[in-house]
Amino acid sequence: MASFNDTPLPTPMNASTPAPHPTSLEFAGLKKEFPGVRALDGVSFAVRGGSVHALMGENGAGKSTLLKILSGAYQPTSGSLRLDGEERVFTSTAEAIDAGVAVIYQELHLVPEMTVAENLLIGRYPQRAGFINRSALHAEATRLLTLVGENISPDTRLCRLSLAQRQMVEIAKALGRGARVVAFDEPTSSLSSKETDRLFTIIRDLKARGHAILYVTHRMDEVYEICDAATVLRDGRHVITHDCLSAVTRDALVKSMVGRELTNVYNYRPRAHAPEGLDVRGINGPGLRKPISFQVARGEVLGFFGLVGAGRSELMRLICGAVAPAAGEVVIQGETLPGNSPRAAIHAGLVFCPEDRKKEGIVAIRSVAENINLSARRSRLSAGLLLNLPWEKRNASEQISRLGVRTASPQTLIGLLSGGNQQKVILARWLSERVRAIVLDEPTRGIDIGAKSEIYALIHDLASSGVSVVVVSSELPEVLGICDRVFVMREGLIAAEFTRETATPETVLRAALPAGAAAGAATCEAA
Amino acid sequence: MSSSIATSSSTSNTSLQLPRMARIWDSAGMLLVLAALFLYCSLFVNNFLSVANLRGLALSVSTIGMISCTMMFCLAAGDFDLSVGSVVAFAGVLGATVMNATGSVALGVAAALAAGTLIGFLNGIFVARVGVNALITTLASMQIVRGLGFIASDGRAVGIRTDGFFALGNTAWLGVPVPVWLTIGCFIVFGVLLNLTIFGRNALAIGGNKEAAHLAGVPVKRVKIMIFALQGLVAAFAGLVLAARMTSGQPNTSLGLELEVISACVLGGVSLSGGVARISAVVAGVLIMGLVQNAMNLLNIPPFYQYVARGLILLCAVMLDRIKSRR
Repeated sequence: MASFNDTPLPTPMNASTPAPHPTSLEFAGLKKEFPGVRALDGVSFAVRGGSVHALMGENGAGKSTLLKILSGAYQPTSGSLRLDGEERVFTSTAEAIDAGVAVIYQELHLVPEMTVAENLLIGRYPQRAGFINRSALHAEATRLLTLVGENISPDTRLCRLSLAQRQMVEIAKALGRGARVVAFDEPTSSLSSKETDRLFTIIRDLKARGHAILYVTHRMDEVYEICDAATVLRDGRHVITHDCLSAVTRDALVKSMVGRELTNVYNYRPRAHAPEGLDVRGINGPGLRKPISFQVARGEVLGFFGLVGAGRSELMRLICGAVAPAAGEVVIQGETLPGNSPRAAIHAGLVFCPEDRKKEGIVAIRSVAENINLSARRSRLSAGLLLNLPWEKRNASEQISRLGVRTASPQTLIGLLSGGNQQKVILARWLSERVRAIVLDEPTRGIDIGAKSEIYALIHDLASSGVSVVVVSSELPEVLGICDRVFVMREGLIAAEFTRETATPETVLRAALPAGAAAGAATCEAA
Repeated sequence: MSSSIATSSSTSNTSLQLPRMARIWDSAGMLLVLAALFLYCSLFVNNFLSVANLRGLALSVSTIGMISCTMMFCLAAGDFDLSVGSVVAFAGVLGATVMNATGSVALGVAAALAAGTLIGFLNGIFVARVGVNALITTLASMQIVRGLGFIASDGRAVGIRTDGFFALGNTAWLGVPVPVWLTIGCFIVFGVLLNLTIFGRNALAIGGNKEAAHLAGVPVKRVKIMIFALQGLVAAFAGLVLAARMTSGQPNTSLGLELEVISACVLGGVSLSGGVARISAVVAGVLIMGLVQNAMNLLNIPPFYQYVARGLILLCAVMLDRIKSRR
């Protein structure tokens, strides 16, 4: 580790002179394959120094894979990236950091229990005779904070800061490590408009000092406000790079992102509804502000839209027994759920696909077949203690072909599959049950467009067969495309209800936005 | 790691198929090591291949063998149990005391098994329901139960006066000592339990991803408690067999046994982080430990050096496992 004094540091903000050689970043024929999926397929484009370059595309387009290659977390299957014309392949994140590349992710890589100063200089604390030099640490942290225009005390514990402040700390940390290339992954998704303005000021300043900035976002307004150039990815392929964004219309940009008529993707057809489906009565618990009641008919698809932190996932976890509710009950086709465990809910025919597949959905180190049969066998195979192995085998292969899971064999470890195929395996798990209602939390997050439309078709089939379906989604087109009704949640409440006819992108989005409240409450997270 | 998988072949399907040799190594690596060791000892260690020596070898691993079956379940579910050595000693002492007091073998055995199961059950309650870390919980019960053993026996070996009980440890069937048959029985029962029952699959799912298992409807707490209770039951049973072999219940026996049992499991390739377990691996691990110990005795290697050798073998095994999983 370099000692403190050797570390190159950028010049302070107020003495902002353009760097003599603006850093440039170039991707050359970048390919990245995972078993069963090609996440990036020959992506080439260049980011000029002193410019902000937007990276756009739908979920699953390959943006995050590209960022992970840039940060050294992944290595490309082939192709390379060039920094100032020099070919580089980072084999670790440490190498990328040393080369002056910083990626600011949505989930910040900071330690909540440590102070701001400690976070800023982690891994390169100033030392004196083998001990941490506290006063130098404090001084350097203060200097880095002024670079991003923050006047928080370096001795504050990080968990006392708002999300926006933490982001600033992350940027300051990157600058402290001499970052010349800074990539932002949807940095404004949890910021208020005032905070966003502050962020943009910093980004413009970085740009003025010759940094190359890659900016990943979904938001058109931001692209036109802050970006100079834009590259669009679709299904892992490079679609187009606009070097001069001001010459491109919004419509053209959107069209290149979507690339096809979206109406067919959702596969929506009217279905017959029957009463006595899922009936949620006055449920309340952590994350909700008031008891919530609603009904979903048999054959109906009900969507829940809202911003991150609106309480949608919390509500679903209460309904499905993952979290014990403080009040209320859930009735399925006239049958009140006994107890509050996922097990009781599953036995009553209410199943739940959680938002975080890796953490809560799959058992990564077990096989596809075992993951499919994980829950199903419970109710089907009551004959004694022993498993019904022939049934297990048959069910796994039936479900794999029914859902079109792309796997080498049923014995393949599920962790090796792509996100879309993992999601299909979780759905397969539930389709081997007697399902009466299904709750899907962000069912298509991080899934490529092909698998998405397959999952939409499956949702339609389920509903057509009389299942009550609840879909939580942060993707507005998806909610509008597949749902019969849409609820909008905001700050732990149901803020609005729309039918398929009354729901338009504008009305739904407006209902979801907070009324001027600042985002990012100052809460301490459990580490 | 993932990049090497992807580059090794152009189509995704074939990249998931390991070469045949690698797959054999994956599923039976430690059995091969065991076979090689056995062959080596047969050829180069005098007296190794005698009936008397092999019988002694099998007998010497019977206690570890029985307990490693349930330890495998503990590890599979992502926990471990340090209290087994103390339970072995306590069960022997308690069984002996009850038998001497009542004159009934059945009562003594029942009391010891019940006590072992109860200790395991309480371990399970603390780990699964109260949410105390398994290390802390079983570290505490290890000491408490060891203390109870000393209290019950006043610190001295309790000689057993009921002769019928010794049949459990000192008779043979078809030339093989009964404790060895019992160990083989444990391997079969728990092998079936792991591979062919809902219980076994649930244990592996919990060790692989506790939260996912919970949301998939696996009764996580109940399964964990059952695993610990079984562990207590089997440890108490092994304690009774050991007491029958020694014709007494000894409060200071089996010190450090828990670590030998965990070593044997890990040596065979059971993952300490949970989710991966195989009964063949446990059999291999137990036998490798016993075989090395036996060979060192035959070669007159002083006991102090044997500790060093055992530690080195464990390190080597774990390194092999790392290399395997890195590929």
